[in-house]
Amino acid sequence: MPAILAAGTAAPAFTLRVTPDQTLSLTEFAGRRVILAFYPADWSPVCGDQMTLYNHVLSEFRNKGAGLLGISVDGPWCHQAFARDRNLHFPLLSDFHPKGEVSRAYGAYRDDVGESARALFIIDETGTISWSHLSPVAVNPGADGLLEALDQMPNLEQNDVDAQSSRQSA
Amino acid sequence: MSTLRVPVNPRDHRRGGSNARVALVEYGDYQCPYCAAAQPVVRSLEDRYGAALSVVFRHFPLVEVHPFAATAAEAAEYAGDHGLFWEMHDLVFANQHRLSVQLLFAIAGTLRLSQIGLRDSITRTLHAEKIQSDFIGGVRSGVNGTPSFFVNGRRHEGAFTVPELAASIQAAMDVLAPVR
Repeated sequence: MPAILAAGTAAPAFTLRVTPDQTLSLTEFAGRRVILAFYPADWSPVCGDQMTLYNHVLSEFRNKGAGLLGISVDGPWCHQAFARDRNLHFPLLSDFHPKGEVSRAYGAYRDDVGESARALFIIDETGTISWSHLSPVAVNPGADGLLEALDQMPNLEQNDVDAQSSRQSA
Repeated sequence: MSTLRVPVNPRDHRRGGSNARVALVEYGDYQCPYCAAAQPVVRSLEDRYGAALSVVFRHFPLVEVHPFAATAAEAAEYAGDHGLFWEMHDLVFANQHRLSVQLLFAIAGTLRLSQIGLRDSITRTLHAEKIQSDFIGGVRSGVNGTPSFFVNGRRHEGAFTVPELAASIQAAMDVLAPVR
Protein backbone atom coordinates (compact mmCIF):
# COMPACT_ATOMS: atom_id res chain seq x y z
CA MET A 1 0.00 0.00 0.00
CA PRO A 2 1.32 3.47 -0.79
CA ALA A 3 1.81 6.06 1.97
CA ILE A 4 -0.52 8.95 1.22
CA LEU A 5 0.22 12.57 2.10
CA ALA A 6 -0.84 13.34 5.65
CA ALA A 7 -2.72 16.25 7.20
CA GLY A 8 -0.58 19.38 7.49
CA THR A 9 1.18 18.82 4.14
CA ALA A 10 0.88 21.46 1.42
CA ALA A 11 -1.35 20.03 -1.32
CA PRO A 12 0.71 19.46 -4.49
CA ALA A 13 -0.50 21.76 -7.28
CA PHE A 14 -1.91 20.21 -10.47
CA THR A 15 -3.62 20.98 -13.73
CA LEU A 16 -5.51 18.09 -15.29
CA ARG A 17 -7.95 17.51 -18.15
CA VAL A 18 -11.53 17.65 -16.91
CA THR A 19 -13.21 17.26 -20.31
CA PRO A 20 -11.69 16.46 -23.70
CA ASP A 21 -11.07 20.19 -24.29
CA GLN A 22 -10.82 21.78 -20.82
CA THR A 23 -8.41 21.65 -17.93
CA LEU A 24 -8.89 22.37 -14.24
CA SER A 25 -6.23 23.51 -11.76
CA LEU A 26 -6.16 23.16 -8.01
CA THR A 27 -5.37 26.89 -7.81
CA GLU A 28 -8.94 27.56 -9.01
CA PHE A 29 -10.03 26.42 -5.54
CA ALA A 30 -7.77 28.87 -3.67
CA GLY A 31 -9.67 30.31 -0.72
CA ARG A 32 -12.15 27.40 -0.78
CA ARG A 33 -12.22 23.86 0.50
CA VAL A 34 -12.15 20.93 -1.84
CA ILE A 35 -12.33 17.15 -1.49
CA LEU A 36 -10.08 15.07 -3.77
CA ALA A 37 -11.37 11.54 -4.25
CA PHE A 38 -8.77 9.38 -6.00
CA TYR A 39 -10.24 6.08 -7.22
CA PRO A 40 -8.98 3.17 -9.30
CA ALA A 41 -11.25 3.04 -12.34
CA ASP A 42 -14.42 4.34 -13.96
CA TRP A 43 -17.05 1.58 -14.37
CA SER A 44 -15.65 -0.76 -11.72
CA PRO A 45 -18.38 -1.80 -9.26
CA VAL A 46 -16.92 -0.29 -6.08
CA CYS A 47 -15.87 3.00 -7.75
CA GLY A 48 -19.25 3.30 -9.40
CA ASP A 49 -20.97 2.94 -6.02
CA GLN A 50 -18.56 5.36 -4.35
CA MET A 51 -18.92 8.09 -6.98
CA THR A 52 -22.71 7.59 -7.09
CA LEU A 53 -22.86 7.95 -3.31
CA TYR A 54 -20.76 11.14 -3.36
CA ASN A 55 -22.95 12.50 -6.15
CA HIS A 56 -25.92 12.22 -3.77
CA VAL A 57 -24.02 13.72 -0.83
CA LEU A 58 -22.76 16.64 -2.94
CA SER A 59 -25.26 19.13 -1.51
CA GLU A 60 -24.18 18.16 2.01
CA PHE A 61 -20.49 18.67 1.08
CA ARG A 62 -21.38 22.06 -0.44
CA ASN A 63 -23.38 23.02 2.67
CA LYS A 64 -20.15 22.52 4.54
CA GLY A 65 -18.28 24.71 2.08
CA ALA A 66 -16.44 21.96 0.21
CA GLY A 67 -16.28 21.20 -3.50
CA LEU A 68 -15.58 17.70 -4.82
CA LEU A 69 -13.23 16.40 -7.52
CA GLY A 70 -12.90 12.76 -8.58
CA ILE A 71 -9.51 11.68 -9.97
CA SER A 72 -8.47 8.51 -11.75
CA VAL A 73 -6.09 7.55 -14.57
CA ASP A 74 -8.99 7.10 -17.02
CA GLY A 75 -8.97 9.38 -20.07
CA PRO A 76 -11.34 12.35 -20.41
CA TRP A 77 -13.57 10.57 -22.96
CA CYS A 78 -13.98 7.65 -20.61
CA HIS A 79 -14.78 10.05 -17.74
CA GLN A 80 -17.33 11.80 -19.91
CA ALA A 81 -19.17 8.57 -20.73
CA PHE A 82 -19.05 7.43 -17.08
CA ALA A 83 -20.27 10.78 -15.73
CA ARG A 84 -23.15 10.80 -18.22
CA ASP A 85 -24.13 7.24 -17.42
CA ARG A 86 -24.24 7.95 -13.66
CA ASN A 87 -25.56 11.54 -13.89
CA LEU A 88 -22.57 12.83 -11.94
CA HIS A 89 -22.72 16.53 -11.05
CA PHE A 90 -19.08 17.03 -10.11
CA PRO A 91 -15.88 17.03 -12.22
CA LEU A 92 -13.82 13.92 -12.90
CA LEU A 93 -10.15 14.68 -13.60
CA SER A 94 -7.92 12.59 -15.85
CA ASP A 95 -4.55 11.74 -14.35
CA PHE A 96 -3.85 10.24 -17.73
CA HIS A 97 -0.72 11.90 -19.10
CA PRO A 98 1.88 11.63 -17.78
CA LYS A 99 0.03 8.70 -16.34
CA GLY A 100 -0.61 8.85 -12.61
CA GLU A 101 1.69 11.83 -12.02
CA VAL A 102 -0.72 13.66 -9.71
CA SER A 103 -1.77 10.47 -7.90
CA ARG A 104 1.92 9.76 -7.31
CA ALA A 105 2.47 13.28 -5.92
CA TYR A 106 -0.24 12.56 -3.32
CA GLY A 107 1.18 9.10 -2.55
CA ALA A 108 -1.99 7.64 -4.02
CA TYR A 109 -0.66 5.63 -6.96
CA ARG A 110 -0.42 1.85 -7.12
CA ASP A 111 2.56 1.02 -9.27
CA ASP A 112 1.75 -2.69 -9.36
CA VAL A 113 -1.52 -2.17 -11.21
CA GLY A 114 -1.04 1.30 -12.72
CA GLU A 115 -4.10 2.81 -11.07
CA SER A 116 -4.83 5.44 -8.45
CA ALA A 117 -5.39 4.15 -4.94
CA ARG A 118 -8.74 4.71 -3.23
CA ALA A 119 -7.67 7.77 -1.28
CA LEU A 120 -9.49 10.83 0.04
CA PHE A 121 -8.06 14.26 0.83
CA ILE A 122 -9.65 17.43 2.15
CA ILE A 123 -7.70 20.52 1.13
CA ASP A 124 -8.43 23.63 3.15
CA GLU A 125 -8.78 27.22 2.00
CA THR A 126 -5.01 27.79 2.39
CA GLY A 127 -4.10 24.87 0.13
CA THR A 128 -3.06 22.59 3.00
CA ILE A 129 -4.24 19.02 3.36
CA SER A 130 -6.41 18.99 6.48
CA TRP A 131 -7.49 15.32 6.41
CA SER A 132 -6.60 12.24 4.38
CA HIS A 133 -7.71 8.64 4.30
CA LEU A 134 -6.57 5.57 2.37
CA SER A 135 -9.13 2.81 1.89
CA PRO A 136 -8.43 -0.78 0.88
CA VAL A 137 -9.07 -0.96 -2.88
CA ALA A 138 -12.10 -3.23 -2.45
CA VAL A 139 -13.72 -1.10 0.25
CA ASN A 140 -16.01 1.81 -0.52
CA PRO A 141 -15.12 4.26 2.28
CA GLY A 142 -18.56 5.91 2.31
CA ALA A 143 -18.92 9.58 3.17
CA ASP A 144 -19.12 9.51 6.97
CA GLY A 145 -15.39 10.12 7.47
CA LEU A 146 -15.41 13.08 5.08
CA LEU A 147 -18.45 14.68 6.74
CA GLU A 148 -16.99 14.23 10.21
CA ALA A 149 -13.68 15.76 9.12
CA LEU A 150 -15.51 18.72 7.52
CA ASP A 151 -17.54 19.17 10.74
CA GLN A 152 -14.33 19.46 12.71
CA MET A 153 -12.84 22.19 10.54
CA PRO A 154 -13.30 25.74 11.83
CA ASN A 155 -16.07 27.55 10.02
CA LEU A 156 -14.84 29.70 7.19
CA GLU A 157 -16.14 33.12 8.34
CA GLN A 158 -14.59 32.60 11.76
CA ASN A 159 -11.35 31.74 10.04
CA ASP A 160 -11.34 34.97 8.02
CA VAL A 161 -11.72 36.97 11.22
CA ASP A 162 -8.89 35.04 12.84
CA ALA A 163 -6.66 35.58 9.82
CA GLN A 164 -7.35 39.30 9.88
CA SER A 165 -6.72 39.65 13.60
CA SER A 166 -3.46 37.72 13.36
CA ARG A 167 -2.32 40.02 10.55
CA GLN A 168 -3.16 43.04 12.64
CA SER A 169 -1.31 41.76 15.66
CA ALA A 170 1.73 40.81 13.58
CA MET B 1 -16.72 -0.98 12.23
CA SER B 2 -19.55 1.34 11.25
CA THR B 3 -22.31 1.90 13.75
CA LEU B 4 -25.83 3.22 13.41
CA ARG B 5 -25.79 6.93 14.28
CA VAL B 6 -29.55 7.39 14.41
CA PRO B 7 -31.13 4.98 16.93
CA VAL B 8 -34.45 3.34 16.12
CA ASN B 9 -37.08 5.97 16.95
CA PRO B 10 -40.82 6.60 16.68
CA ARG B 11 -40.51 8.11 13.18
CA ASP B 12 -39.25 4.77 11.90
CA HIS B 13 -41.37 2.18 10.16
CA ARG B 14 -40.99 -0.89 12.25
CA ARG B 15 -42.58 -4.31 12.20
CA GLY B 16 -42.15 -7.44 14.30
CA GLY B 17 -41.90 -7.87 18.04
CA SER B 18 -42.51 -4.66 19.99
CA ASN B 19 -40.12 -5.93 22.67
CA ALA B 20 -37.81 -7.64 20.19
CA ARG B 21 -34.30 -8.37 21.40
CA VAL B 22 -32.83 -7.65 18.02
CA ALA B 23 -33.58 -4.77 15.65
CA LEU B 24 -32.61 -5.21 12.02
CA VAL B 25 -32.38 -1.80 10.32
CA GLU B 26 -32.24 -1.76 6.53
CA TYR B 27 -31.26 1.21 4.38
CA GLY B 28 -32.80 0.58 0.98
CA ASP B 29 -33.88 1.98 -2.37
CA TYR B 30 -37.11 0.79 -4.02
CA GLN B 31 -35.49 0.71 -7.45
CA CYS B 32 -32.33 -1.12 -6.36
CA PRO B 33 -32.37 -4.72 -7.61
CA TYR B 34 -30.21 -5.91 -4.70
CA CYS B 35 -32.76 -4.50 -2.27
CA ALA B 36 -35.59 -6.34 -4.02
CA ALA B 37 -33.54 -9.53 -3.88
CA ALA B 38 -32.98 -9.02 -0.14
CA GLN B 39 -36.70 -8.78 0.67
CA PRO B 40 -37.45 -12.53 0.69
CA VAL B 41 -34.35 -12.93 2.87
CA VAL B 42 -35.70 -10.41 5.39
CA ARG B 43 -39.12 -12.13 5.38
CA SER B 44 -37.48 -15.46 6.00
CA LEU B 45 -35.55 -14.00 8.96
CA GLU B 46 -38.79 -12.54 10.35
CA ASP B 47 -40.40 -15.99 10.11
CA ARG B 48 -37.44 -17.62 11.79
CA TYR B 49 -37.07 -15.23 14.74
CA GLY B 50 -40.69 -14.20 15.23
CA ALA B 51 -41.23 -11.79 18.14
CA ALA B 52 -37.50 -11.77 18.93
CA LEU B 53 -36.81 -9.66 15.82
CA SER B 54 -38.06 -6.30 14.68
CA VAL B 55 -37.35 -4.87 11.25
CA VAL B 56 -36.95 -1.19 10.38
CA PHE B 57 -36.77 0.20 6.84
CA ARG B 58 -35.14 3.56 6.13
CA HIS B 59 -34.94 5.27 2.75
CA PHE B 60 -31.66 5.56 0.86
CA PRO B 61 -32.85 6.51 -2.64
CA LEU B 62 -30.05 6.97 -5.19
CA VAL B 63 -32.18 9.17 -7.40
CA GLU B 64 -29.50 10.02 -9.96
CA VAL B 65 -29.31 6.41 -11.06
CA HIS B 66 -32.80 5.31 -9.99
CA PRO B 67 -35.30 7.88 -11.28
CA PHE B 68 -38.33 6.25 -9.56
CA ALA B 69 -36.66 5.71 -6.19
CA ALA B 70 -37.76 8.97 -4.56
CA THR B 71 -41.32 8.73 -5.91
CA ALA B 72 -41.61 5.18 -4.64
CA ALA B 73 -40.30 6.28 -1.22
CA GLU B 74 -42.89 9.08 -1.22
CA ALA B 75 -45.63 6.55 -2.03
CA ALA B 76 -44.52 4.29 0.81
CA GLU B 77 -44.55 7.22 3.25
CA TYR B 78 -47.97 8.29 2.02
CA ALA B 79 -49.23 4.74 2.60
CA GLY B 80 -47.55 4.93 6.01
CA ASP B 81 -49.68 7.97 6.90
CA HIS B 82 -52.64 5.61 6.50
CA GLY B 83 -51.10 2.70 8.38
CA LEU B 84 -50.17 0.79 5.20
CA PHE B 85 -46.41 1.44 4.88
CA TRP B 86 -45.40 -2.20 4.88
CA GLU B 87 -48.16 -3.21 2.48
CA MET B 88 -46.92 -0.62 -0.05
CA HIS B 89 -43.28 -1.53 0.70
CA ASP B 90 -43.84 -5.23 0.03
CA LEU B 91 -45.86 -4.66 -3.15
CA VAL B 92 -43.35 -2.18 -4.60
CA PHE B 93 -40.47 -4.59 -4.09
CA ALA B 94 -42.52 -7.55 -5.36
CA ASN B 95 -43.30 -5.61 -8.56
CA GLN B 96 -39.99 -3.79 -8.90
CA HIS B 97 -39.37 -5.13 -12.42
CA ARG B 98 -42.26 -2.91 -13.60
CA LEU B 99 -41.78 0.02 -11.21
CA SER B 100 -43.36 3.17 -12.59
CA VAL B 101 -45.61 5.98 -11.38
CA GLN B 102 -48.59 4.06 -12.83
CA LEU B 103 -47.63 1.01 -10.77
CA LEU B 104 -47.57 3.09 -7.57
CA PHE B 105 -51.08 4.38 -8.32
CA ALA B 106 -52.26 0.85 -9.12
CA ILE B 107 -50.90 -0.40 -5.79
CA ALA B 108 -52.56 2.51 -4.00
CA GLY B 109 -55.82 1.43 -5.65
CA THR B 110 -55.31 -2.18 -4.55
CA LEU B 111 -54.71 -0.96 -1.00
CA ARG B 112 -57.84 1.26 -1.18
CA LEU B 113 -55.74 4.38 -0.63
CA SER B 114 -56.88 7.67 -2.14
CA GLN B 115 -55.15 8.15 -5.48
CA ILE B 116 -55.74 11.90 -5.23
CA GLY B 117 -53.97 11.84 -1.88
CA LEU B 118 -51.09 9.93 -3.45
CA ARG B 119 -50.92 12.40 -6.33
CA ASP B 120 -50.71 15.32 -3.88
CA SER B 121 -48.06 13.57 -1.84
CA ILE B 122 -45.93 12.89 -4.93
CA THR B 123 -46.32 16.27 -6.63
CA ARG B 124 -45.77 18.23 -3.41
CA THR B 125 -43.08 15.81 -2.15
CA LEU B 126 -44.76 15.96 1.25
CA HIS B 127 -42.36 13.45 2.80
CA ALA B 128 -39.12 14.75 1.28
CA GLU B 129 -37.80 15.88 4.65
CA LYS B 130 -38.27 12.43 6.23
CA ILE B 131 -36.74 10.70 3.21
CA GLN B 132 -33.73 13.05 3.13
CA SER B 133 -33.27 12.72 6.87
CA ASP B 134 -33.22 8.91 6.52
CA PHE B 135 -30.64 9.31 3.73
CA ILE B 136 -28.32 11.64 5.64
CA GLY B 137 -28.58 9.52 8.79
CA GLY B 138 -27.50 6.59 6.63
CA VAL B 139 -24.57 8.49 5.12
CA ARG B 140 -23.48 9.49 8.65
CA SER B 141 -23.66 5.83 9.68
CA GLY B 142 -21.33 4.84 6.85
CA VAL B 143 -23.95 3.48 4.44
CA ASN B 144 -22.11 3.30 1.13
CA GLY B 145 -24.63 1.45 -1.03
CA THR B 146 -27.89 -0.43 -0.83
CA PRO B 147 -29.03 -2.47 0.84
CA SER B 148 -27.09 -1.84 4.06
CA PHE B 149 -28.14 -3.63 7.24
CA PHE B 150 -27.45 -2.83 10.89
CA VAL B 151 -28.09 -5.43 13.57
CA ASN B 152 -28.63 -3.82 16.98
CA GLY B 153 -26.70 -0.84 15.69
CA ARG B 154 -23.74 -2.73 14.27
CA ARG B 155 -23.20 -2.83 10.56
CA HIS B 156 -23.70 -6.25 8.94
CA GLU B 157 -20.56 -6.75 6.84
CA GLY B 158 -21.50 -10.04 5.19
CA ALA B 159 -23.65 -11.01 2.23
CA PHE B 160 -27.41 -10.39 2.12
CA THR B 161 -28.25 -14.07 2.55
CA VAL B 162 -30.26 -15.87 5.23
CA PRO B 163 -27.24 -17.70 6.70
CA GLU B 164 -25.02 -14.61 6.88
CA LEU B 165 -27.68 -12.25 8.23
CA ALA B 166 -28.83 -14.96 10.68
CA ALA B 167 -25.23 -15.22 11.90
CA SER B 168 -25.19 -11.46 12.62
CA ILE B 169 -28.56 -11.71 14.39
CA GLN B 170 -27.39 -14.70 16.42
CA ALA B 171 -24.22 -12.82 17.40
CA ALA B 172 -26.36 -9.91 18.62
CA MET B 173 -28.51 -12.33 20.66
CA ASP B 174 -25.42 -13.94 22.15
CA VAL B 175 -24.21 -10.52 23.30
CA LEU B 176 -27.52 -10.03 25.13
CA ALA B 177 -27.75 -13.55 26.58
CA PRO B 178 -24.38 -15.28 26.36
CA VAL B 179 -24.53 -18.99 25.56
CA ARG B 180 -23.27 -20.95 28.58
